Amino acid sequence: MTTEALVRVAFTVNGAPYDLEVPARRLLSDALRHDLRLTGTHVGCEHGVCGACTVLVDGAPIRSCLVFAVSLEGAAITTVEGCRNAEGGMGPVQQAFQECHALQCGFCTPGFITTVTAYLEDHPAPTAAEAREAISGNLCRCTGYQNIVAAVQRAAEIKWGEGA
Amino acid sequence: MTTKLFGARIRRSEDPRLVTGNGRYLDDLGHDAYEVAFVRSPHAHARILDIDVSEGVEVDGLVAIYTYQDLDGRMGEPLPLLIPHPTLTHGRTQHALARDEVNYVGEAVVMVVAVDRYVAEDVVGRVRVDYEPLPAVVGIDAARAAADLVHPDVPGNAAAVMVQESGDAEAAIDAAPHVLELDLSIERSASMPMEGKGVLARWDSDDESLLVHTSTQTSTSVRQAVAAKLGLPVDRVEVVTPDVGGGFGVKIVHPWPEEVLVPWAAVRLGHPVKWTEDRREHFVSSAHERAQQHHVRVGYDDEGRLHGLSVRFWHDNGAYTPYGLIVPIITSTQLLGPYKPGAYRVEFTSLYTNTVIVTPYRGAGRPQGCFVMERTMDAIADALGLDRAEVRLRNFIRPDEMPYDHGLIFQDGRPLVYDSGDFPASLDKLTKLVGWDDFEAYRAQARSEGRRVGIGLACYVEGTGVGPYEGGHVRVETDGTVVVSTGLTTQGQGHQTMLAQIVADELGVPFDRIRVTTGDTRRFKYAVGTFASRTAVMSGSAVALTARKVREKALRIAAQALEASVDDLDIVDGHVEVKGSPGATIDLGAVAVLSNPLRYAFDEAAARATQFATPADPDTPPVAPGEAPGLEGTDFYSPPRSTFANGMHAVVVETDPDTADIKILRYCVVHDCGTIINPMIVEGQVHGGVAQGVGGALYERMEYGPDGQLLNASFMDFLMPYASEVPEIEIDHLETPSPLNPLGVKGAGEAGVIPGSAAIASAIEDAEGIPIRSMPISPSELFDLRSRRSV
Ligand code: FES
Ligand code: FES
Repeated sequence: MTTEALVRVAFTVNGAPYDLEVPARRLLSDALRHDLRLTGTHVGCEHGVCGACTVLVDGAPIRSCLVFAVSLEGAAITTVEGCRNAEGGMGPVQQAFQECHALQCGFCTPGFITTVTAYLEDHPAPTAAEAREAISGNLCRCTGYQNIVAAVQRAAEIKWGEGA
Repeated sequence: MTTKLFGARIRRSEDPRLVTGNGRYLDDLGHDAYEVAFVRSPHAHARILDIDVSEGVEVDGLVAIYTYQDLDGRMGEPLPLLIPHPTLTHGRTQHALARDEVNYVGEAVVMVVAVDRYVAEDVVGRVRVDYEPLPAVVGIDAARAAADLVHPDVPGNAAAVMVQESGDAEAAIDAAPHVLELDLSIERSASMPMEGKGVLARWDSDDESLLVHTSTQTSTSVRQAVAAKLGLPVDRVEVVTPDVGGGFGVKIVHPWPEEVLVPWAAVRLGHPVKWTEDRREHFVSSAHERAQQHHVRVGYDDEGRLHGLSVRFWHDNGAYTPYGLIVPIITSTQLLGPYKPGAYRVEFTSLYTNTVIVTPYRGAGRPQGCFVMERTMDAIADALGLDRAEVRLRNFIRPDEMPYDHGLIFQDGRPLVYDSGDFPASLDKLTKLVGWDDFEAYRAQARSEGRRVGIGLACYVEGTGVGPYEGGHVRVETDGTVVVSTGLTTQGQGHQTMLAQIVADELGVPFDRIRVTTGDTRRFKYAVGTFASRTAVMSGSAVALTARKVREKALRIAAQALEASVDDLDIVDGHVEVKGSPGATIDLGAVAVLSNPLRYAFDEAAARATQFATPADPDTPPVAPGEAPGLEGTDFYSPPRSTFANGMHAVVVETDPDTADIKILRYCVVHDCGTIINPMIVEGQVHGGVAQGVGGALYERMEYGPDGQLLNASFMDFLMPYASEVPEIEIDHLETPSPLNPLGVKGAGEAGVIPGSAAIASAIEDAEGIPIRSMPISPSELFDLRSRRSV
């Protein structure tokens, strides 16, 4: 077997432009983590079920373990690193997760943070039931979700209401 | 006075890093390392006839292929049996790579090292292994029948038979006014942390030293194991646990085959090597737990009081027994919960099957024991027509009977003696929280709406903080920063925060000046590990004792500098002060400078401690006898035995009359883990445990086919609860301090999971009026039970 052919792809991640040459089969999750060394995006299953690898593509959540990096030509990708505030500190969702103790090991957390970040864009004041629904596509083995539900509501407050 | 942090809801200091994507988990390290993939057995039981790698070696990017034949020295010996026991007469462990036989689907046979994981998997696909399949033993029934054997030299598939007895149980039962017998069973589940296992090894050939990062619950013990296997002096090996994405027990087992193979390959290749477990590998080659079958005989009187209890059970230990008999020993002792059993006899058989190994998963044998005891309590209440809470109350050990000696030996080899607890008070809190006494009104109302509801409860006692010991090291740096380390590891429990709270109070320094390191053998070499809900008890106590030592030393040095008596000093906010004289103060950083007599002034602060800077007594040595340089200390905590936490859960369920769908309406918890260091963290632990309990009761099971194939080895088919499956959890605490340790704490990590299956079974039985004897239970199983009843 000979060396794999490389394919060029250009996209932005958290606003920064990248021009990559990767094998066509390279998953976006691996490209982000190992080529760009943005290791905030985590891989919990590699079959699209856990949501730990969730990133935003043009603002919409996708599972980065289910797409090839080369298919993202021209896309604007946001990872958990891009959910920070302008100074590089915790952004609203991240801050809410700390306040509400919505993480323990933190492995699932990046997928929740990106998912919730996208959700809050058009849900400024979710009820507890809505917040629970919003996160019910992501697995967490540590927290039992209760504090994550609270964090979604708290993040909405920080982002849209007082407490900013 | 500095505000006391012990007992406060302090936000976690680890979070800013973890929420912003700055965590460092195993696979976030070693981007330039070679990567490993394994050829794993597709058969549950087979002889290996031949391995042909010829097609694989053509793949570009391949670095090395290893089979058992390549393993030299002690690498070729079976992996260690970690916890031997005299009754474990037929203990067996696997080889790092299978030698001539495989005993479960997933057992590692060939190791491939390549430039990256993609290429390594290409090679794996091209390696041909010839097997001669052998009959597979799957499930407890097949193991007991022993028509086929897992290991040809283990008769009856029995690794061990163990009996413990206190009093003459059979005689007591025979003499009791009433006797009941029950058959009960629990299926397999697994820890299933969101991050699988992983190992990165870097060999420095110039320094002849090995640095291993591994996603483990015990770095100190991995260090010893790796050194032994590779034939390296222990002081040439260091093991670091990076951020770990959950453990729940599975990562206490060590060394995993990969944990010795990856370092071994790194040394041979002179290049960093890494293996990151994928989800399927985690399902088929890590560990499971829970599967047991029980037969109970119980004798009791008209009041529902136990006279004698005899339990015989069969424990599925999987293909090998690296972790000994810990799980069934815990089941056999912790089954007793908060009750006095009268005379008690327990006998278990630990059985081999051709399935993944069984080692502790959060709760570690207790959920099964609790299920058995609580089902028995419900059966007695039912038989006598008594209230279920009342029967429990009558059998409780009372607070004035503490410490209570069960006359048995616990998992730590020490007597099973409960140190404290107030079970009647806990039950009272629980029945109030859930509204136990008002439930019949609610049931009647629900019935009038065509709804079927039920309530259940379950109680448990959990031995936590098992020994032998943990240690702590505390050092005040010259800038006033306090660095703390303990050897055990962290998998998300907030140890950094919790330990910093303790040190802040003991030493009198601000929380944000404290830096805590766990699980790094470069920092602390002596430790046992993180399991058995032991960190707060063991390392918490150890760092408290250490901080007290360092405080004393700081006061001794400061007393000289301030020309005051030690008794007049206090440490507040990082400053030593003379009580009542506001001006007389020295900050701890300066005390640290003075603690280390110097010749050279490497910075301005250090100049204060150099030889010409201070007038000194010419006749005493700069470091006084019995003292050591540096404002630091090390101490250890080693308890006489475990401390026993307890709790009680009550659940309200609704079952759909048509579809048999089971919905949890309320989940109430009363929890007593002694004094609480950080209630926010403890509640988080309870939430997570309850979620796993709900999963174990209603959704999770390992579906093995009769040929030993794990049919649901993915998150698509193994149903872990999402947010939509976990109820809102209502918690009340009771704090009965432990008399055994300086902080009065008991463990809290595992508690939440223990009574899940028991409480939910109790509630479903109450809703349906059908005995529930086996868990987990799915809607279709409940539907079947209904159909069978109506026949
Ligand atoms: S890793 Fe992508 S969904 Fe689990
Ligand atoms: S915090 Fe550990 S998996 Fe969610």
